[in-house]
Amino acid sequence: MKEALLTVEDLRVEFHTDEGVVNAVNGVSFAVAAGETLAIVGESGSGKSVSALSVMGLIEKPGRVVNGSINFEGRELRVLAERDYRKLRGGDLAMIFQDPLSSLNPAFRVGDQIAEALLTHSYDKKIAARRQAAVLLDQVGIPHAGDRARDYPLQFSGGMRQRAMIAMAIANKPKLLIADEPTTALDVTIQAQVLEVLQEAQRETDAAMLLITHDLGVVAGMADRVVVMYAGRIVEEGTLDELFYDARHPYTRGLLDSLPRLDSDRRQPLRTIPGTPPSVIDLPPGCALAPRCAYVQDRCRTERPELESVGGGSQRSACFRAAELPELAAAREVARA
Amino acid sequence: MTDGSGTGRGVDGAAGEPDPRDERVRDSRVGEKVSAGSSGLHDVTVLDGEILATAVPVRSQWRLVVRRFLRHKLAVISLLILVLLGGMAMFADVISPYEFNPQLDAATLKQARQSPSWDHLGGTDKLGRDQFTRVLYALQKSLLVGLGVAIISVIVGVVIGSLAGYYGGWVDQAMMRFTDLVLVLPALAVLLILATNPDPTFFGLIDLPPATEVSGMIIVISILGWMPMARIVRGEYLSLREKEYVEAAVAAGAPARRIILRHLLPNALGAIVVFGTLAVGLAIITEATLSFLGAGIQLPDVSLGNLISDAESTVGTDLSYLIIFPGLMLFLVVLCVNFVGDGLRDALDPRAVR
Repeated sequence: MKEALLTVEDLRVEFHTDEGVVNAVNGVSFAVAAGETLAIVGESGSGKSVSALSVMGLIEKPGRVVNGSINFEGRELRVLAERDYRKLRGGDLAMIFQDPLSSLNPAFRVGDQIAEALLTHSYDKKIAARRQAAVLLDQVGIPHAGDRARDYPLQFSGGMRQRAMIAMAIANKPKLLIADEPTTALDVTIQAQVLEVLQEAQRETDAAMLLITHDLGVVAGMADRVVVMYAGRIVEEGTLDELFYDARHPYTRGLLDSLPRLDSDRRQPLRTIPGTPPSVIDLPPGCALAPRCAYVQDRCRTERPELESVGGGSQRSACFRAAELPELAAAREVARA
Repeated sequence: MTDGSGTGRGVDGAAGEPDPRDERVRDSRVGEKVSAGSSGLHDVTVLDGEILATAVPVRSQWRLVVRRFLRHKLAVISLLILVLLGGMAMFADVISPYEFNPQLDAATLKQARQSPSWDHLGGTDKLGRDQFTRVLYALQKSLLVGLGVAIISVIVGVVIGSLAGYYGGWVDQAMMRFTDLVLVLPALAVLLILATNPDPTFFGLIDLPPATEVSGMIIVISILGWMPMARIVRGEYLSLREKEYVEAAVAAGAPARRIILRHLLPNALGAIVVFGTLAVGLAIITEATLSFLGAGIQLPDVSLGNLISDAESTVGTDLSYLIIFPGLMLFLVVLCVNFVGDGLRDALDPRAVR
């Protein structure tokens, strides 16, 4: 494996709210190398977005990064001065936000917004930056890019705006691209196009990408490796194939089972994971999934499983029954039939 | 308020769905492109030998604003009236054959107490001075005071409001408590004291013009005029800084100064302009009030306030036109200023598309 560009270790983020301390991220570690795409998957509140914001140094007030290390190109970002951090943001570290409708400033032209990103980091001439902005818009597939650069965001459709956001993010050839649910706000046909643009952009800049999503379809098409988060912790990680074909955590299996498949029996309702995710304010002592897990044992309620290697590859799972899970699942399948 | 603004907002509200609208925009652009072919409006940008951009004349934001403003009939009429009155006031010496303080000789005195006529549109006062001329000169001063106060209030208010709203925390606390402090001062009493202050240099500490001059009056009224603006700007910034595009700008490495000036200020511009225009009207009224109470601009210099004050005793007599004319002028100007503010609010809303 290539040397990691970004290494996050034992990251903990707390939010101090009126109801108590929310442990949004609770000891999360991951690494991503240049040209590689790491997907962080989980449902709302699992801590995936907070992990991403921590890397950008954008955790704001009630929230605080309390522990861990964020190492980018050998530099520890947690101790970086705000001034130096600002030079990284939008330069080597770029982020694409979830909602392209609200991530563009309505009060100025799309091209100017991209030009601004360029002027902040790599350009010092306004005219040159504007020209480059048009080139970038063209690159992300906006027709008549030179003209459209002079439009305001409201004159753009949702998909075009997300393309513009991507253009802005890749403007300074970032080494790490964080895409926080880049397609959630878009309809399915546009999703595919935007993902293609994103992949193309990554290929051209050889950037590492952190793809934050809850959409396993997106993961399947984009990721090299996958991290699955639940209640602020990583419950399983591995390559795309390992996770999709041999998931060793009941939660990952639950997520995969809940997807509609072409070959599934259409008379059967979609399988869901029963229950709701626990409140991250007071987590149960054992495995956070225990109350919702079909394979739960007594031990799971009192003791928290650690991430451990399973299956011989790079795959790791935080489940006591990871090794026997495929057989258990198969047995359940037979019982169901 | 008017049909124009009402329907305008309704249409904008429907803009939530971006895709169909975009189609429409594109369609109309295709049409424009064709029609613009011969008009020479197009420019072609050639990048790497490939034509990226041709020829669609883009409606500029400025033109959109003008168009939306023009739809606001009342505001347009008000603006025309203001321009007319402003022009007449500024060129009062050209327009009026009379002086506002003529030599009080026999010829002038003979003209005294004339009701309005074609010779004297506003009649003449007890000393034979043409009231129309005097009102024009007074209007000149009132408008200058109004504009001056609005400009200073906007500058001070925007600076304080921006810093408080963007930085929050103790900066916000300090600035807003100071604002509160000034707000709770009994405004009229303080203004009267400042405006009648015989020593505007404050024991030689600062060199301010006396309040009997326009510039002195501007300063006095501005001292108590910037707080609403500061609060409005702060409020706008507090909500705007939570917007995702601000977060996106931070994530793109934009420094605080640029976020304030490029991202927050333009989006708060609507509120600033509206309250800036309202401040013009308010300052004109405040000046008139102070003059009426005997502070500020003094006779023989005229202001709308001291003209009204001077004519106070004519109420109920056959000379009451002397108070009605400057009074109506004051009313008309402030009303027009407020209507223009309304029109600007609708026109400048950056979220509106058409």
